[in-house]
Amino acid sequence: MTAARAAVEGTDRAARPGALWIVPAALFFGVFAGVPLLLTAVLSFTEWNGLGTPHFNGLANWHRVVSDDAVWESLRVSLVFMVLCWLVQTPLSLLLGVWAAGRELNRAVLSSIFFLPLLMSTAAVAITWRVLLDPNFGLAATIGPYIGFPDGNIVGSQRGAVAAIVVVIAWQFVPFHTLLYQGAARQIPQMLYDAALIDGASRVRQFWHITLPQLRNTIVTSSVLMLVGSLTYFETILIVTNGGPGTATMVLPQRMYLSGFQSFQMGYASVIALVLAALGTALSLLIVRFSGFGKMHSTLEGI
Amino acid sequence: MGDTPLSRRTFLSAAGVAGIAGLAGPLLSACGTSGPAGGKGGGKTLQVWVLQDAGQNPIQQAALDDFNKSSKTKLKLVPIATSGGADYTDKLRIGMGSPNPPDLIFNWGTGSIQDYAQGGRLVDLSSQLASDPTWKNSFLPSVLDAGKAAGKYYGIPLRGMQPVLVFYNKTLFAQHGQQPPATYDDLLKLVTYFDSKKIQPFALGHVDAWPNLMWLEYLVDRIGGPTVFQGILQNVLAGKPGGWGQPAMLDSLRRIQDLVDRRAFGTNFASVNYVNDGAGLLFAKGKAAMHLMGTWEMSNQVDKHPDFAKKDLSFAPFPTVAGGKGDANSVVGNPTNYFSISSKSADIAGATAFLKKEMANPMYVDKLIKAGDVPAVSGLESRLSASPNPEFAKYVYQMVQKAPSFTLSWDQALPHKFTDPLHTGLQKVFLKKMTPEQFVQAMDAVK
Repeated sequence: MTAARAAVEGTDRAARPGALWIVPAALFFGVFAGVPLLLTAVLSFTEWNGLGTPHFNGLANWHRVVSDDAVWESLRVSLVFMVLCWLVQTPLSLLLGVWAAGRELNRAVLSSIFFLPLLMSTAAVAITWRVLLDPNFGLAATIGPYIGFPDGNIVGSQRGAVAAIVVVIAWQFVPFHTLLYQGAARQIPQMLYDAALIDGASRVRQFWHITLPQLRNTIVTSSVLMLVGSLTYFETILIVTNGGPGTATMVLPQRMYLSGFQSFQMGYASVIALVLAALGTALSLLIVRFSGFGKMHSTLEGI
Repeated sequence: MGDTPLSRRTFLSAAGVAGIAGLAGPLLSACGTSGPAGGKGGGKTLQVWVLQDAGQNPIQQAALDDFNKSSKTKLKLVPIATSGGADYTDKLRIGMGSPNPPDLIFNWGTGSIQDYAQGGRLVDLSSQLASDPTWKNSFLPSVLDAGKAAGKYYGIPLRGMQPVLVFYNKTLFAQHGQQPPATYDDLLKLVTYFDSKKIQPFALGHVDAWPNLMWLEYLVDRIGGPTVFQGILQNVLAGKPGGWGQPAMLDSLRRIQDLVDRRAFGTNFASVNYVNDGAGLLFAKGKAAMHLMGTWEMSNQVDKHPDFAKKDLSFAPFPTVAGGKGDANSVVGNPTNYFSISSKSADIAGATAFLKKEMANPMYVDKLIKAGDVPAVSGLESRLSASPNPEFAKYVYQMVQKAPSFTLSWDQALPHKFTDPLHTGLQKVFLKKMTPEQFVQAMDAVK
C-alpha cells in the first residue's frame, strides 16, 4: 500500500503540468469573475444611476451601508436561512443518499422520481408553490388548519413564511445533495461492512462507525455548497413571498437587486454585492480550514 | 422597395469609420430627398421601443405602417420582452445610457422618465404642444398633464387609461340588499355587514405591494386633495425631504389600520397575491364582495372568469370622505402610457411628425377601442360603442373626462429610490408592524 502511494505521488510530481495549462481557466475566471469583481469594487465608491458616467463619492456608500437597518435586517434573514436550510437539508440528503446507494430496483426507481425537482426551473417551481400557498384556494387552505394556520395564512406570518421557503428550497435542492451522498456512499468498500458484520455490528453502528466517517469529505463539500449557495437564494423567495410579509423574508441578494434595479443606485448595490462576495469567500475558507478539508487524505487510506 | 432600409445603427457605425459622423444626418436626408423613393438610403429608420404585448403591438405596428407609407423617415417597432414590466425598465435604462438610444420610447410618464428628462435625454414637447392647440386639445388634459416630468411635457398618450375604481359583485349586493358605497361611512357599514355574513368585504392582493398603495392614494386624495401628494413630489424632486407627515397622510394611514382591524381585507390578506389571480379569484368566487383595482381588472376577469364578468361584475367610484378637501370626481391610477422622443434621435422632426399624425388618428384610436382600451383622446363618446364592453368604456371615459385631477400611482410618479421603501413600508402598515408615524418618518428618511 505504501509503495503504491509513493508511486502515485511519484508520478504526480513527475507529471506536474506546466503553468500554461492554467491559462484557459485563469482567462475565463479573469474575464467573467475577476474583472467584474474589480469593476464592482470601483463602482462601490461611486454614485451611478445607470446613465452617463459614474462619479466618485468616496466612502459615502460604505458609510450608508453600516447604518442601514434594512441591510442589517436582510443580513440577519440571510443567515437564518443559511442555518435552517443546512439543518434541514443535510440530514435528509445524507439519509436519502445512503438509502439510494443500494442497488435494489425499487430504490433506483424511487430515487429517480425523487431527483425530478432538480431538473425543473427554479422559477417554475416557485410559481407552483406560490399557487399552492394561496390561503383561500391553494393547498394552504386545506392543510393550514392542521398545522396551526386556521385561515391558511402561512406565508402571512414571519415563521410560516420562513418555514415555507425552507421547505421549498429543500424540496428543490435535497435531490442534488442526495446525489452527492449517493455517489460517495457507493464508493465505500464493501469489505468494511463485511468486517463489521463479522464483528457483530448492528446496522445503526455500521452507519455511525463506517458510513458517516467515510462520508466526511462529502459532508464538507455538500455543506460548503449549501452554506455558500444559501447566500444566493433569490428567485424562490422573490416569487413565493416577494420578501414578505413586509420585509420578513427579504434576503441580502433581494436587497441588492432592489437597490440596483429598482432604485437604480448602482454604487450602493455594488457595496451590498461586495459584502455578499466577501461573506461567501470567508465562509468557504473558514469551513475548509476548520474541517481540515485541505489536509484531508482519501478516506480509502489504509485499505 | 427591395432594399432593406439601412438600420440607423449600422449607418452610424459606418459613418463613424469614415470619419463623417457629424455630417451623417444632413447627408442622409439630402440623399433621401433627391433619390428615388424607396431607393437606397431613402430616409432614416427610427427605433420605436414598446413593451411586448400581443394585444397592443399589432395596433402600434398599424400606426407605424400608416406613417411609413407617406414618410421619408421610417419607423421600426421593437417590442421588448418582459415579465411584469420590470425588465423593460432595466433594458430601457441600458439602452438610454448607450450611444445609440431608441428614438421613440414607451414609458409610464413622470417618475419613469424623471432621470432621462433631467439628464436632457428627452425632447421637451411643451413648445410644440403650445404652438399646435389642435394637437394638444386632441388629448384629455388631465391625462396629458399626469405624464409631465419636471413640469414639462415629455410624453404623448399612446394607449388606454387605467384609473382605479371600486369593482363590486352586483349579484351579491342585490342578494343582501346593499348599495355600493357613496361615502366612507357607507364603506365602513358595508365592511361590518359583509364581515358579519362571513364574506370578505374587499379582496386585496397584498403580497404584490402595489395593490395596497391604491388605498393610500385614494384616501389621501379624498381627505387632503391632490395637492398633498403634489407637494411631497415637488419637495422630493427638489432634493428635500418629502414632508410625508401631513395630517391627511397620517389620517389615511390610521384609517387603513382601522380597516385591517375591521377585517375589511379578511384575516389572511398577507398571503394573497394579485398577479397569480389570488385576489381576483377570491372576488370572482363571491368570497369577497368588492375589489379596489385598476381598470385592467375588467379585462382580467373577462379573461379568467368570463361568467362572473358577464353576470356579476359592476363598478363604482371611490367613496367620498366626510370633511375631506378632495374632489369626489378626482381619480388616481395609471393615466396611460406615453411615447417620448430621445434627444439623441437622428430625426426628432420625423419622430414628432409621427406623434402628431398618428396618436390621435381615428384609425389608431378605433383599433385601441376595439381591443378594449379607453384611449385618452378627446371627443370619443360616440365611438366608444365599438368597444367590447361599451358600458364600462363609456363610464371610464367620462370618469376621467370630468376628473379635475388624475394622480399618477405614487410608485410611478416618485423617483425610483422611493419604490421599495414605499411598497414595503406600506405593507408593514397593513400588517401593523409599523405605525403611521414610523411610516412617514421612514419615507422622509429615504436617500
